[in-house]
Formats: sequence, structure tokens, C-alpha cells
Amino acid sequence: MNKRARKKAIRENLTSYAFLIPWLLGFFVLTLYPMIYSFFLSFTEFNILQPPKWIGLRNYFVMFIGNEQFPRDERFLNSLLVTFKYVFISVPLKLIFALGVAMLMNRDLKLIPFYRTLYYIPTLLGGSVAIAALWRRLFAGDGVLNTILRSAFGLNPPAWISNPKYALYTLILLSVWQFGSPMIIFLAGLKQIPREYYEASAVDGAGKMRQFFSITLPCLSPIIFFNLVMQMINAFQSFTQAYIVSGGQGGPLDSTMFYSLYLYIKGFAFSEMGYASAMAWVLLIIIAVLTALAFKLSGSLVSYGSGE
Amino acid sequence: MKKHTRNLINSIITNAFIILLGVCMLYPVVWLIAASFKESNTIFSDPGLWPKAFTLQNYVKGWQGIGIVGFGTFFKNSFIISGLCVIANVIFCSLTAYAFARLKFAGRNFWFAVMMVTMMLPTHVTTIPRYIMFRKFGWIDTFLPLVIPKFFATDAFFIFLLVQFIRSLPKELDESALIDGCGKFGIYTQIVMPLTKPALITTVIFTFLWTWDDFFNQLLYLNSPSKYTVPMGLRLFLDSSGISSWGPMFAMSVLSLLPCFILFFSLQKYFVQGIATTGIKG
Repeated sequence: MNKRARKKAIRENLTSYAFLIPWLLGFFVLTLYPMIYSFFLSFTEFNILQPPKWIGLRNYFVMFIGNEQFPRDERFLNSLLVTFKYVFISVPLKLIFALGVAMLMNRDLKLIPFYRTLYYIPTLLGGSVAIAALWRRLFAGDGVLNTILRSAFGLNPPAWISNPKYALYTLILLSVWQFGSPMIIFLAGLKQIPREYYEASAVDGAGKMRQFFSITLPCLSPIIFFNLVMQMINAFQSFTQAYIVSGGQGGPLDSTMFYSLYLYIKGFAFSEMGYASAMAWVLLIIIAVLTALAFKLSGSLVSYGSGE
Repeated sequence: MKKHTRNLINSIITNAFIILLGVCMLYPVVWLIAASFKESNTIFSDPGLWPKAFTLQNYVKGWQGIGIVGFGTFFKNSFIISGLCVIANVIFCSLTAYAFARLKFAGRNFWFAVMMVTMMLPTHVTTIPRYIMFRKFGWIDTFLPLVIPKFFATDAFFIFLLVQFIRSLPKELDESALIDGCGKFGIYTQIVMPLTKPALITTVIFTFLWTWDDFFNQLLYLNSPSKYTVPMGLRLFLDSSGISSWGPMFAMSVLSLLPCFILFFSLQKYFVQGIATTGIKG
């Protein structure tokens, strides 16, 4: 390369990087540095007023093992359990429901745009404090659902929100209720599957069930996989709904103590910021492992058709 | 003929089923709207949808807010924060996306991979250090911690969305503009930005919605009621429980959902496009 060409290449690189300056600054100052710092904090005791005190692996030790002097944090393990339960029940249910409704709509109906709108409304509104507060009223002991159950069916239903057995399921229901996004994605995916596939298989005598498992599912598998990963990552970080429905306490009896709610309580109500940082890193590792696992599994389960 | 009738019946059943399911799903929202017009003491004793006595009293009381700060202030604050975030995301995410999609530079693939990883990162790993940092800056109880990060294109999701979109645009336009003496920045503002409009509108919609509903960060950084946003205001009602505050709470809930509704119904086309092409999280 001669001198002039090299100079030109350098100049081109410089102009390109000039466009990236905001993002690069943001990455280093607001993402990378905080990550490193929170990793450091996770090995300390830190209440924001005094400088962090190095305590080695104690935060992690208290989370998972514990001993006489530093007893295990049972609330942490409970929050982990609650969150896992929430994620692994709500995400599959939501996707199944979304796929079911999408398949129902995947035919020549004139009103499809209207239906799509109708079914997207819960997703549009569901993340708000307003809806979470409404949920609290709907499923309270003297709430709307129970009034209907009592007057119309003569039942004696429990107080869903304040019963530790059911409280989490009201939150799962709230999450499944917001199935609009995966539904729209599935609907778009279903439209891509060539009709000939179904026609040819029908000629060969395949029933509806057979068609679903041999055509629909394999063709949609990349989309299903993508949705599964994204919904899972989001579900692990749910906060607002649990905070509002339980009044910020994760109750009753910690039955709705989501991971991020407990992290918030530890870090900001109890000022145990070292511990909260350690919790953040445990969450990062859990999500990373599950995502990697999903990608590995997808190698054998997801078929990326050559037609794309 | 027989087949035709069967198809017709089939289609009627399907439509009826979809509508029935939809009505069940929307029942809570409809109930909320109806409840906001009922008298406070009849909200729970009157299970019917249509209010026996129609009243606007909840809206009047709710708008007054709690204590000295009215709901008007909360709405103003929410609109300021969401508006600034929308502007910042549109400008800086698209600038970054343009660089990744169109410019050539050493290390592009590396930085793109980095950007993709930040998209998957749980926000919690940066929450506490960011809080400590913003506290040192004296930014607690201001809008800055909620808004400033957007000026550094921290919403990787939208960068990804815009990169995908810009890559699908024909490159010939850039090249001819280059021949006409247009610089890189000129190509970005004159050619790429206008063509990216659909994806930019998707960015506007979802930035607005997610900022409007972003309770966690507002809870973290805003302390005084005069700085509170709509979700924080609703929480105030919730904390001061007692039957009498449910009416105003529901009325303000309905108002808080109104901007989302308006946005949704005016830009519906872009919603569906945005979700379908990128698989936006819900």
C-alpha cells in the first residue's frame, strides 16, 4: 500500500469512528465500566456511604451455602425458585397460547387486522403500573373475579392475591395475557409457509395433527426458538408487576418475591449494594447459561430451511 | 354448494370463537374504564359494566393528585422524559446503526458483536454502579439518569432494528450521492434517514411505550413528588389505600393508558410491521 492510500484508509476509519463516538462512549462509561465495577462490588460489603470492604466470596457463600456465622440466605434461594417457576411456566404457556391463536387466525378472514389489534391491546397496556394495580383489584378476596364467581356460580373462591398458594399464578396469568407480540410474529411466520406443503401432504393422506407436527412446527422452529430466548430473558427481569401486585414486599410469604424485586430490596431498601451486585452477576450467569443451552439445543431441534 | 355452506358455517364459528375469546381477554380493561365512571363506594358492589350512577368525580379527585402535587405535574414529567428519550434514541441509535450498516472500518465486526451482546445483558449488572455514578454527579431526583443514557445509544435493541433495516436499502443511492459530492454525514441525513422512516417510527413507538412504563428506573431515581411520573403517581394512590382512593386511582389509570392507545391506533401499521419484522419483545 502506498502512502497516499494508507492515509486515505486512516481517514476513512476516523470518519467512521466519529459516527460511533456516542455509542462507544456509552458502551465504555455506561456498560463496560459499570459491569467491571459491579463485579468488583460483588466481593465486597458496601452500603454506599462507607467505602466498599473486601470480603472475598462471602456474598456468594451466603447465597448458596452458608454456615453458623453467616447463615444461608433462604430468601434468596426462595426468590430464585419463585422466578424459575414464573419463567418456566409463563413463557411456554404464553408461546403455546400465541401459536394457538395465530393458527386460528391464519386463514382468509376479512377481519384479521381488527382481530390482531384486539389481541395486541393487552400487550400494549400490560407492562404498566395501571394494569398491575387493576390486577390486584381483580384477584383480591373481594375483587371482581370473586364477585362474579360468588354471584353467578355460588362458589366460595379464595383470595387469590393474598394467598401464597395462588399469588404467583395471578402474575403468570398477567404475563400470559400479554401474548400479542409472539402472536403477531407467529402469524407473520405462518404466512411464509408455502401452501403447497399442506396440499401435498394432504394428498399423501396426512391429517391435521400430522401436518402440524411435520410442517408447521419445523417451519416455525427458528421463530419459536427466537421468541423463547427473548421472552425468557425478559421474564427473568420482571419487576413492575410483582412490585405493584405485592405492594413492593414480594408477599404474601415471599411467594411473589421475584429475583429483581429481591435485588432491589437488598440493594436499595437495605443498602446492601455488594450483595445486590453479586445477585446481579448470578442472574447474568443464569441467563448466559440458559441462552447458551438454548442455542445448543436449537442445533438439533431447529431447522433452518434452505428455501430462506 | 354443500361445501360452500360448510365453509360458511366454519368461518362463522371461527369468527365467533375469536371474538368471544377477545371479549374475555379485554374484559378487565373494559371493566377498568367502566369502574372509573362509577361512584367510589359502588365500584366493588356493582359488578355490572354499565355504571348505575355515572360520575366524573373520580377524574376530578384523581387529577388533584395526592398532597400538593396534582396529576397534571406527573403527566408533564412523564411526557418530558419520554419525549427526550424518543428524540435521543431516534438520533443516536440511527447514527450508530448507519455506521454499522454502511461504513467500513477496522474492527466493525468486533464492535457489532459487542453491541449484540449488550442487547442480551440483564440490566441489573449495570444498575448499581450507574446509581453510584449518577449519585456522585448529583443527578439523584432529577430526570438526567433516565434521559442521558439514551444520548449514548444504550438501547442496543433499536440499533439492531435499524441496522437490519438500513442493510436492506439499496446501496446505489449512497454511491450516486457520493459521486454528487455528498459526505458521509450528508448521506446519513439526506438519504438514509428519510428511507429509514418506517423503522424510525417503530423506534419512536417502542421507546415511548417502554419509557412511559419504565417504573423501575423512575422508582430508583425520583424521590420528590414534584418530580414524579405517572406510574409513580399511581403508586402513591395505591399506597394510600382505603376504598375511597380506588375510584380516583382507576380514573388516573385510564388516563395513563390513553397516550399508549392513541399512539397505537394512529400508528398501527408500523406496530405490526415493527413487531413482525424484528420480533420485538413484548
